[in-house]
Amino acid sequence: MKQIKKIVILVYIASIFSACTDNDNPIVINEEELITTVRATLVPQNGGASVTLESIDLDGDGPNEPVISVSGDFSQNTTYTGNLLILNDTETPADNITLEILEEDEEHQFFFSSTNNIATTTYNDQDSNGNPIGVEFSLLTGNSGYGAFTITLRHEPNKSGMNVNTGDITNAGGETDVQVIFDITVN
Amino acid sequence: MTLKLFLCTLFCCAAFTSYTQKCAYTFKGTITDYHDGTSLFGATVYLKKLNKYTISDDQGKFEFKNLCKGEIHVFISHISCESKELKINILEDTSKEFNLEHHTEELKEVTITSALELKTKTRQSTVLKSDVIDTYSSQNLGDVLKSISGVSSINTGNTIVKPMINGLHSSRVVLMTNGVRLQDQDWGIEHAPNIDINTAEKITVIKGANALEFGGDAIGGVIVLEPNRIIVKDSLYGKSIVSGQTNGQGFSFHSSLTKSTKKGWYINAKTTVKKYGDFESPDYILTNTGLNSSAYSLQTGLKKFETGFNFYYTYLKNEIGILRSSHLGNIEDLVDAINSDRPFVIEDFSYAINEPKQEVTHQLIKVDFYKRFKNLGKLKVQYDYQNNERFEFDLRVGDDRNKPAIDLTLNSHTVKTSFEFDSKSNQTYKVGLMGGYQNNFANPNTGVRRLIPDYDKYDLGAFAIGNFLFNDKTSLDFGVRYDFNYINAKKFYLKSRWNERNYDADFSNLIIVDFNTQWLVNPKLKYHNFSASAGVSHQLNEVNSLILNYALSNRAPNASELFSDGLHHSAARIELGDLRINQETSNRVSTSYNFKRDKTALLVELFFNHIRNYIFIEPNGTEQTIRGAFPVWAYKATTANLFGIDITWQQKITNRIHFKNKTSFMRGKDVDNNRDLIDIPAAKTVNNIGYSNKKWGNFNANLESNFVFRQNLFPDNNFEAFIPTTNSNVLVDVSSTPNRYHLINFNSDATFKLSQKTEVTIGITVTNILNTNYREYLNRLRYFADDLGRNYLVQLKFKY
Repeated sequence: MKQIKKIVILVYIASIFSACTDNDNPIVINEEELITTVRATLVPQNGGASVTLESIDLDGDGPNEPVISVSGDFSQNTTYTGNLLILNDTETPADNITLEILEEDEEHQFFFSSTNNIATTTYNDQDSNGNPIGVEFSLLTGNSGYGAFTITLRHEPNKSGMNVNTGDITNAGGETDVQVIFDITVN
Repeated sequence: MTLKLFLCTLFCCAAFTSYTQKCAYTFKGTITDYHDGTSLFGATVYLKKLNKYTISDDQGKFEFKNLCKGEIHVFISHISCESKELKINILEDTSKEFNLEHHTEELKEVTITSALELKTKTRQSTVLKSDVIDTYSSQNLGDVLKSISGVSSINTGNTIVKPMINGLHSSRVVLMTNGVRLQDQDWGIEHAPNIDINTAEKITVIKGANALEFGGDAIGGVIVLEPNRIIVKDSLYGKSIVSGQTNGQGFSFHSSLTKSTKKGWYINAKTTVKKYGDFESPDYILTNTGLNSSAYSLQTGLKKFETGFNFYYTYLKNEIGILRSSHLGNIEDLVDAINSDRPFVIEDFSYAINEPKQEVTHQLIKVDFYKRFKNLGKLKVQYDYQNNERFEFDLRVGDDRNKPAIDLTLNSHTVKTSFEFDSKSNQTYKVGLMGGYQNNFANPNTGVRRLIPDYDKYDLGAFAIGNFLFNDKTSLDFGVRYDFNYINAKKFYLKSRWNERNYDADFSNLIIVDFNTQWLVNPKLKYHNFSASAGVSHQLNEVNSLILNYALSNRAPNASELFSDGLHHSAARIELGDLRINQETSNRVSTSYNFKRDKTALLVELFFNHIRNYIFIEPNGTEQTIRGAFPVWAYKATTANLFGIDITWQQKITNRIHFKNKTSFMRGKDVDNNRDLIDIPAAKTVNNIGYSNKKWGNFNANLESNFVFRQNLFPDNNFEAFIPTTNSNVLVDVSSTPNRYHLINFNSDATFKLSQKTEVTIGITVTNILNTNYREYLNRLRYFADDLGRNYLVQLKFKY
């Protein structure tokens, strides 16, 4: 009886060992919420050359640094109509994450900042609570010069925090989903 | 008992009068020890119906004359033996041999008990008994173990608590529960052991790798949890513990019931349920730190002296909330968090557990069988299967909102067998074999690249240990063990990561499929591990004794150390393993000095642990992504020296007042780089003054002062990062350690008999009485929030 018991256990274990030697490869995962691309298109309201700011990081959390490009210089004291496009370019066709952000607009807000007073921004859109989102915005350039222009996307910010709805990130809290810095020149 | 015997005797006397047959038979016998075959002198042999007594002589022999034909009831007993009862039919002159289990106590208390035991005399081990464990019924394994000098914990908040022995944790600490080595993804700091402490009646901590039968890779030590011993008699007993506490506004309930029979059959069922809401620091609510836990276990079997079997099943499910404010976006959020005194998210108290959170389910099935062979020893065969399912939920957007970010299933099968040669009382040997198979499956439905890949792991091990008792004063043990580990993994690497790590040069032959931006790679890793241990203990005189230990152990790197690769949102860091990491080799020397006199007990334990290829994780620069910059935490290997001292001192001041001190101090040095190691526990001293009075319902009251020094010896891994919002470069201080802290705790309990067999113990505990604000170096959430504030806990324990 005991012998049988032992044999049964051993056979069972042997079967487990042999059963698990399949050679199926695991399924590849392409990160779903990955943001690879931030593209800001800025069109001068009174005509002229538009400017595109773009940051592309195809390996996501991988070690490669984002590739940042600025299509040209801004004109001084000019108002631009800005539009943001957030994409996942590792998928074909590219996944438009802007739409997801707009679906949950109460939980997202873009913030813009610049150094050397080269530009100021205002929001052109609102979520259902009347708070800004920032996918659409206006940018007014200052006098000629150069500086850094930063676009930040916060997830679950405190939109009712002090000055948050005018675009001040200081009291926004939440988590950063996007943060890209563009070196721009105003002529 | 005596009453029973007396009644029995009376009854027998009454029955005896009716016998009138021919009565001239002789019944002779020899009584020997089961294990070594030696004769037992002084065993009482009692013929029940006849009410006849005799005692065995120095050769274990006895004789009854003038017996009548018919059945007799023989009852044999001996001091410190299990009594034996049997029926014999007398048809002629009869001669028989009887085996008694001579040292029952010693055998049942395998591996542990006090320092008086042969088997553990040579190790640095400490035992926690059920009265201590019951006090911690509502808490974690890691919490109860901290009451041992030299044992600390590494935490993620206050509900994810990993035990740390002399500065070592995770895969370096082997956890044995009811004879089974726990296989539950123990690699990560935020992976707490999946054990309900209420399943244990006794917990033993063995420092260092000197318990080779449990594994050769226990560089830190072994924690052995054992369930209650089954008493072989007809009985039904149990206990229930109910605790309620103010911090977390939660409760814990535990109940267990055991039914056993004289024939050795038993069944035991246990359940534990815990529910806590958000815990509180002195100044604010720690939002999203609740816990839901439920555990069930069932054990049944047959326990006889010569043979028996056990079946064991446990189920444990934990749903653990992780501090909301610890979930970060990028390095800027981390800098803000470090610089802020308060967490960013503080909401009203709630029982809700939202993301970030963990849901872990662990199931274990064990079957074992044993048989004793006369004059030889005991054979054991065991099989166990464990299933560990782990979900980690991050804050996600859109359709992925309710999807886990980590979804791992770990299945482990282990079969092992051992033979213990215990027939000689001055030397015992044990040999054993084990084989294990483990499969890790990372569910691709998460939509997040796997942090830990799919893998198969095979283990084979063999060991031999021996214990020798030279004389009353000196004993010696030695052990050798060999383990073979084979890991066959299939892992995706981003091509950019593969190149950045320079894997192309060494591992390009491992690539099996090209997936555009990723490689599928098939590492097959083999490790041969050799371990050895030796220990000697010597009783210098009545009050002084010494233990000296040496252990060589090897540990193969775990899946996390090899393969980690990705962004850990709950920590805002990129964690990277390294395929090139080799196994760790530890040489540990330790010594204990024990002083015991009527009122004083002092134990001083020293250790020195030299670890070649010591694997650890620490900050290693930053990487820029579209979300901003992230700190990179990389696994590395170095040569490490760890050394320290643990002191336990107990002093009786009067018969009712006692004082206890537990102090531990250790250091960890990175020898290769001549600097301090990260995550080494700070020096700590715990002083306790207690009053107990047996006359007042076993009343106890203890006032405890818990002083933790600041860890001044830490590596400087700070780095600079550019913060766009403020347009400045700032120093990211991830290294600085929190200030020293001092906590005062109070605990009191009393026990009252409700009836002959039932009693109730009422306990009151207050922790952090002064509501001190503090942060602990070894709590990963120390950047974000203070630790727990004052807590009142009331506990009722019923035994029946």
